[in-house]
Amino acid sequence: MTVEELYEMRDRERERLARLRERIYCCSAAGCLSCGSESVRRALAAEIEARGLKGQVEVCGSGCMGLCSRGPLVRTQSDGAIYAQLTPDEALWLLSEDPAERRRLEAKRLDLNDPFFTRQLKIVLANSGYIDPESVHDYVAMGGYQALAKVLTEMTPEEVIEEIKASGLRGRGGAGYPTGLKWELVRRQPGDIKYVICNADEGDPGAFMDRSVLEGDPHRVLEGMAIAAYAVGAQQGYIYVRGEYGLAIQRLQLAIRQAERERLLGNRIFETTFGFRVDLRIGAGAFVCGEETALIASIEGKRGTPRQRPPYPPERGLWGKPTLINNVETFANVPPIIMNGARWFASIGTETSKGTKVFALAGAVRNTGLVEVPMGTPLRTILFEIGGGVPEGRQFKAAQTGGPSGGCIPAELLDVPVDYESLAAIGSIMGSGGLIVLDDSSSMVDVARFFMEFCMDESCGKCIPCRAGTVQMHEILCRFSRREATRQDLELLEELCVLLKETSLCGLGQTAPNPVMSTLRYFRHEYEARLTDREGGAQ
Amino acid sequence: MSAQTSVNSPERSSGQAVDQRAKMLERAMSRHHYAGDALLEVLHTAQELYGYLSPGLLREIARKLRLPPSHVYGVATFYHFFTLQPRGEHTVMVCMGTACYVKGALGLLEVLERRCARAGSTSPDGKVSVGTARCVGACGLAPVIVWDGEILGRVTPQELNRRLDALAVAEVRDDG
Repeated sequence: MTVEELYEMRDRERERLARLRERIYCCSAAGCLSCGSESVRRALAAEIEARGLKGQVEVCGSGCMGLCSRGPLVRTQSDGAIYAQLTPDEALWLLSEDPAERRRLEAKRLDLNDPFFTRQLKIVLANSGYIDPESVHDYVAMGGYQALAKVLTEMTPEEVIEEIKASGLRGRGGAGYPTGLKWELVRRQPGDIKYVICNADEGDPGAFMDRSVLEGDPHRVLEGMAIAAYAVGAQQGYIYVRGEYGLAIQRLQLAIRQAERERLLGNRIFETTFGFRVDLRIGAGAFVCGEETALIASIEGKRGTPRQRPPYPPERGLWGKPTLINNVETFANVPPIIMNGARWFASIGTETSKGTKVFALAGAVRNTGLVEVPMGTPLRTILFEIGGGVPEGRQFKAAQTGGPSGGCIPAELLDVPVDYESLAAIGSIMGSGGLIVLDDSSSMVDVARFFMEFCMDESCGKCIPCRAGTVQMHEILCRFSRREATRQDLELLEELCVLLKETSLCGLGQTAPNPVMSTLRYFRHEYEARLTDREGGAQ
Repeated sequence: MSAQTSVNSPERSSGQAVDQRAKMLERAMSRHHYAGDALLEVLHTAQELYGYLSPGLLREIARKLRLPPSHVYGVATFYHFFTLQPRGEHTVMVCMGTACYVKGALGLLEVLERRCARAGSTSPDGKVSVGTARCVGACGLAPVIVWDGEILGRVTPQELNRRLDALAVAEVRDDG
């Protein structure tokens, strides 16, 4: 495909869509699928066929629309309305030309002026819910692959790296390493063979951002990877995706096939000398494989155990070659940065953290689902305005970010702006974006025990501090749960926190004590209340 | 999951089906040029075809990919996804992600463990395999169970009990 052909394809698809009287998007992300969105879609498709509305009305699947707790969600293109919890019968009313029919659904229509929608800013999720993720034409109609065309025909790899550096984009996988710097490191390495890996091994329990991006806009990730490959000088890419994400795997396989067919992947993309292929690698359920060196070992067909760094993957990665590893959300940010410019991106967010962050909001909160906010948005806004607060009858207790590597944030710190530094300063981390609300029915000791059990099960067993330390810490936390712990246990627990943090081989062990440390910091009284030998307490 | 359907397929005992599966596994290995680094892909395919990884199957894969059997066994046991035991007719997984945990996943697991089998094993009658999952990513619908590959959201212990009851009823009918 040439650049001209890409524009032709875009215009053709746009004209086709403009001729439709209505296009109905049924959310087909995993959340809505399990609420029956597929039967809504089938009913609509059958009725369109029966009434001979083909060419006037179209129904298609779409990526996540955000408000997962009210699924199945349906969006109508003509008026931009979103309907919640539709049954297949009700959905048929949307097909009528008579506006009175549609008004019967007024009660199910979501108020788009609700803070849930107005407080969000969608960059990564811009297409999610607005395109059919199974159609490359849809993605192209939204301007897809134009960034890749621009990069290949108008920019040198160095210019691309400069642009990404200037944008201030940082890794969205959790650690927040500046993306442009990482790209430059890989570019500078000698050698002809380099790899680009997309880390889609989203293992944090309670996080589903990457899955939603892959399910809702898979071509965006492919385009971001291709741009990165051009910048660093790689010809081969891998997406390492969790085995649990069946739908995301299907959509990615389809997207790769489509892109290859349209020659947007493969040799001589846009008639240039640049070629790039992407292969999928399916994970097999090991949390530690989210760590980059373990992920590399897993792609090589080995046990997913991490190794000592340095050398870091940009120097010695997959099969010993220089390798760039970025997270799904990081790659998804790349095309809009190229199209809209680094200055635009850098104008969003805070001094040190630019752009937006996608959070998976879950737990004791009214609106559970997927939200994207500018960096620096206070936690309170996300939880209470967008999230709608804790359901009636319960009190907010803590917000948990970063999963098993993160921490619990108490009510008094809710005004902290969400960026890498601020969250780290209060003992939590940005993490990949899981955000779980705990109400007063949750015991913080149990929450810490839950995460420690997770880390204990997921420890790969290679280094001793993590392998033995997590078992010991879990044992102590169980004693607290059973109210059998002593003051000595508390001291030992704190000692082990430091030991694991400082001596573990990889991030899993180093961050495993975080949930314990943060709950000890803000909810120490809950631990002390469970001591058998507490001062003044009953034995 | 697809692994499940292949185990349940009625022709599983006929020799022809066994040949088919062996052929498909062979094709998967040849597609990867019998390269040792394709081990994970091959194990995924093998489990999909056979439902679980038997010792004989692991040895066969080791021989074809020219890998030490210990390496193949090591990889197969490292990842949670692979199972070395045959599965029951139905697989029920309880999501133990944080959101599900705080919304009562333990209560669901209790029901399953009381009525069927402990997590990670199969009920004595071979009907139900019980497992736990590390977050299936449907946190908005917590608590979630995965029933034969289908995600069910906002499950209550009552509903789970009803489903297990229904299973027992169907079984009786089948037997009669």
